Amino acid sequence: MSAGKLLVLATAVLCVAAGDVILGFGMKQVGPVNSASQLLFAVLNPWVALGIVFLIGFFASYLSALSWADLTYVLPATSIGYVLTALFSRIFLHEHVSLTRWLGIALISLAVGLVARGPVLTPTAASEPIASAGSAK
Amino acid sequence: MAIAIVVASSTAADVLTSGAMKNVGDIGELYQTQGLAVVFKRVATNTRLLSGIFFMAVSFYSLLAALSFADVSLVAPASASMTFVTDAIAARLILKENVDRRRWVCALMVCAGVALLTH
Repeated sequence: MSAGKLLVLATAVLCVAAGDVILGFGMKQVGPVNSASQLLFAVLNPWVALGIVFLIGFFASYLSALSWADLTYVLPATSIGYVLTALFSRIFLHEHVSLTRWLGIALISLAVGLVARGPVLTPTAASEPIASAGSAK
Repeated sequence: MAIAIVVASSTAADVLTSGAMKNVGDIGELYQTQGLAVVFKRVATNTRLLSGIFFMAVSFYSLLAALSFADVSLVAPASASMTFVTDAIAARLILKENVDRRRWVCALMVCAGVALLTH
């Protein structure tokens, strides 16, 4: 995998973790939501808005990754983001990270390492969209 | 309940967006050969992607609702955990991806790992 593609995956991972933690922080400020309109107005909280900006960054890099890799590759590869989410929420939101959560973190990290060693794209799926995109490979 | 809605809608969103982006083609290559405008046009006018984004919005708002009454380190992983398995099944059946043993093991490991995170 090229450095550029790795960078796309890394950006996705960092953005999703930062986005989730900032969203979590914002929604704690908003408090329990009882109605749909309250939920819509939750985006006016600056932290919720900032969380959304990060999640948009995640979405852009995620879409980019999906244009050249299988869904069943991109999803496990970016799942290291959940590990970062747990770490960030421990550090910044002071949520408790128990031993079982650390075990979960270890399992996800192993899975990410495993999927990264496999093929990126199903071969038959690769030839068709590239041909229709009109670019030579 | 909120978590079930998140799982169902994000699986639909993942399958639709993945299918759409395969349809668009390699963005990196497209950008180099035809420029940013073509990339934007292809991505923004893809109806499959737009319906994927609709389901993403449904899943996002149900996630927001869940986040307001539970820990972020519980809800985000809990919904994601189940989505990994439903996504692997959907990718195999709908996107015809070659979900080999390695990918099944990875999906299940992430699912289990994420489930552990919720404890």
